[in-house]
Amino acid sequence: MQSETKEILTAQRFIDLFEQNRSFLEMNDTVKLAKIREDAMASFVRLGFPDTGMETWRLTNLEESLGRGYDYNLRPLPEVDAQKVFRCNIPHLDTAVIGQLNGWYVSKDVPLMELGNGIIMGSLEEARKKYPLIVEKYFGTMADDADEGLTALNTSFAQDGVFIYVPDNVKSPKPVQLINVIHHDANLFLQSRNLIVVGNNAKLSLVHCDDSYNHQASFSNIVTEVHVGDHGVLDHYKLQNLNNNSTLISSVFFRLGAAATLDSHYISLNGGLLRNNIRVLFNGLHGTASIFGLYLMDRKQHVDNHVYIDHAFPDCTSNETFKGILDEYAHAIFNGHVLVRRDATKTDARQSNKNILLTDTARVNSKPFLEIYNDDVKCSHGSTTGQLDQESMFYMRQRGIGEETARMLLMFAFADEIVTKIAIPQLRQRIEDMVKKRLQGELQICEQCVLHCSTPEHPVEFQIDLTKI
Amino acid sequence: MESEANKILDEVTQGDYKYGFVTDIDTEFAPIGLSEDTIRYISGKKNEPQFMLDFRLKAYKHWLTLSQPHWAHLNISPINFQDIIFYAAPKKKKELSSLDEVDPELLATFNKLGISLDEQKKLAGVSGVAVDAVIDSVSVKTTFSETLSKHGIIFCSFSEAVQNHPDLVKQYMGSVVPYTDNYFAALNSAVFSDGSFCFIPKGVRCPMELSTYFRINAANTGQFERTLIVAEEGAYVSYMEGCTAPQRDENQLHAAIVEIVAMKDASVKYSTVQNWYPGDKNGRGGIYNFVTKRGICKGSHSKISWTQVETGSAITWKYPSCILLGDHSVGEFYSVAVTNNHQQADTGTKMMHLGKNTRSTIISKGISAGKSNNSYRGLVRISKNAVNSRNYSQCDSLLLGAKCGAHTYPYIQVDNKSSIVEHEATTSKISEDQLFYCQQRGISNESAIGLIVNGYAKEVLKQLPMEFAVEAQKLLSISLEGSVG
Repeated sequence: MQSETKEILTAQRFIDLFEQNRSFLEMNDTVKLAKIREDAMASFVRLGFPDTGMETWRLTNLEESLGRGYDYNLRPLPEVDAQKVFRCNIPHLDTAVIGQLNGWYVSKDVPLMELGNGIIMGSLEEARKKYPLIVEKYFGTMADDADEGLTALNTSFAQDGVFIYVPDNVKSPKPVQLINVIHHDANLFLQSRNLIVVGNNAKLSLVHCDDSYNHQASFSNIVTEVHVGDHGVLDHYKLQNLNNNSTLISSVFFRLGAAATLDSHYISLNGGLLRNNIRVLFNGLHGTASIFGLYLMDRKQHVDNHVYIDHAFPDCTSNETFKGILDEYAHAIFNGHVLVRRDATKTDARQSNKNILLTDTARVNSKPFLEIYNDDVKCSHGSTTGQLDQESMFYMRQRGIGEETARMLLMFAFADEIVTKIAIPQLRQRIEDMVKKRLQGELQICEQCVLHCSTPEHPVEFQIDLTKI
Repeated sequence: MESEANKILDEVTQGDYKYGFVTDIDTEFAPIGLSEDTIRYISGKKNEPQFMLDFRLKAYKHWLTLSQPHWAHLNISPINFQDIIFYAAPKKKKELSSLDEVDPELLATFNKLGISLDEQKKLAGVSGVAVDAVIDSVSVKTTFSETLSKHGIIFCSFSEAVQNHPDLVKQYMGSVVPYTDNYFAALNSAVFSDGSFCFIPKGVRCPMELSTYFRINAANTGQFERTLIVAEEGAYVSYMEGCTAPQRDENQLHAAIVEIVAMKDASVKYSTVQNWYPGDKNGRGGIYNFVTKRGICKGSHSKISWTQVETGSAITWKYPSCILLGDHSVGEFYSVAVTNNHQQADTGTKMMHLGKNTRSTIISKGISAGKSNNSYRGLVRISKNAVNSRNYSQCDSLLLGAKCGAHTYPYIQVDNKSSIVEHEATTSKISEDQLFYCQQRGISNESAIGLIVNGYAKEVLKQLPMEFAVEAQKLLSISLEGSVG
């Protein structure tokens, strides 16, 4: 076990670590993968950790997080009782659950599940051994190591993570739920690497949860590569509910084939420092991507959503809708970047970011940014920041609804625009409840898994006499 | 109205830069290149007091520590500051006491540009426009100074202000744009040659439009002018700025500073029609236009309004901004930026809300054609103490042709809960329906585009003073000439 005990992990430390353990890291690599790893390390040597001098990291300072000191493990820790940790099932929803503990695939006795219809799910490390050709075909082809130090670091240290492969023309019968729980008794730096391949004309629903189990500080640098083939459909949900000492850098790279459809939902409910890098590349005609985001932040929480959509092909449609409610000292950043390339005619791109500030100490930075090199396009963006609509408040108060309830109702209505977009009814119900709990300040990082805080048996209700409205 | 529309259509068919001529004036130059000696030379030429020289030298020392910024969406070929002549002035024979003594060649130049410096003619009218004409590095003539001084208004060249009103200059110069502000502001502070100075005393409403006309004439020179406008409590002034330059193959540098101070209840309206030589169709030549414009609403209920029509320059780097310090102060920014051929523009505004109940409006219309790139870059910042502030921004882009680019970089930062910020933007081309409608009624493709573009920009053009509006409309059509098809 090469566990480094709670030391400050500088860029140099990682470079040394890479050199010392190179043969171990490359153990299961094909020649091509070893090359990708080597190139990524070279990029990391050049880039290092991001700092606020970089335009895309201007408002998110990692200095404090990185300065905390963490353990870094090149091998999984002995598993705690998996049953105790993974209790986050969504009731009444039949999902195929994949568990990750600290970024490592859990239940090593069945490292790779091969379902009858050809779907493969399980550990990426195992997949590298068993299906090197499939992994080689997709791994590292979507993530961009050249301009992001943390992605390069992840690639160079890529070991385990989740691998999902849905072959052409297969529709996954039930949603796949991917749960990554952070549980360690010391500060932990973890990197996991996921690879998801949805074949041509295939379909997958993926619910991806990031949770922390206790209040120990952690730094997660997670990179997910997603390939959706021609006419493929991916319904993607990302739920983030982490403790206030956790830093999560989640980079997801989507590549969409011709006429592929992506619906992605980012629901951030808690977390010390959350950074979502969402990159979508249209790699064929007539693709559609809808990215929805909802962030409900308080205390000193920091959420930074960076969405980059590359319209490299004509006739594609993209839509970004991000909404947030900020309380206390929270800070939210939205950075949308739509690039319409020279030949991408008939592009339709929309961006929207709406924020509500509840206190004078909460902050919002919004940058909906369009970069367009073609005239035959329809692009728009909008951004608003304000408080709850005073007229609506007055309307409700006038009808005898208490101030607190009226506020709740308005906030929930604001958030609901995103929640209603969730296509899986049971999940929508669950998230609706979680949002209500969150807005009432009752959603905690509890001893048990956070997703158990509310149950559909005891749904959260507003104390309103609707007959009065 | 109809005849005016016809005129515009006529103009469309003419095209090309009309102001590209060179006047043969006897000019004296500073030695080529930039050094402390150059600065001492400029300061000496202008017979400046010590505080000015100190200011320049401090700015120069600071400039030496800086490097040229590269964050804008611009492709700037390297500027060799040692190849530029930083001071060029038409040779003066003696002190001018009346208009008759102005070099007739100069008068002819301005007449050709449509700027009459002949006061007598203007006086016959109801209200004239007072003009400060700046050619290369110096102001040649300021009209109506006497009429204005009856109201207590000071309107003169910057050099005259340094001589006659050093206290005012000392008090306000650099108070809005300090020399440490940015690379080009530092450069300007070190080498600025002339510009306009305008002081409106308490409670005075300036009876006529004030105007500065900038003309680059000499080759290989840079133009560095500085404008300072101070409106005291309750004062009002509307100020216009125009500019042109001859057609040349090499790039010329223009780095200016405009500072506006508005005290309590004062209102300043600043309008620009920027028509520097944009370079030829292959992107050769043209002016590099790096301008720092900023106003401060110092007192409560003050207002600063920027209106700009940007059609010229090979490169435009310009962000007229408002610091809304006084409570209830108002900032406005209206802009039409047109780029054609190989022009590049990165322009926008900054609205810094510091006072309570401050309001700002941003309307930006970008039009790109040919192979040009046109970016809107703006910042709206609502600080913690700027409670109940309000911003509305709209920045639209119109693309004409498949080889141009239109980009929008809006930065929005809100640090309190009671303020409301709204931003919206669209990017599209001229709708085929609109074109079809016009063509079906016998309007040619090109004229129809001129018509539609003018309609698109109308929201901004209507903010311009009447004298400018007609000019600006014509300019829009000309700038886009040949961009279709």
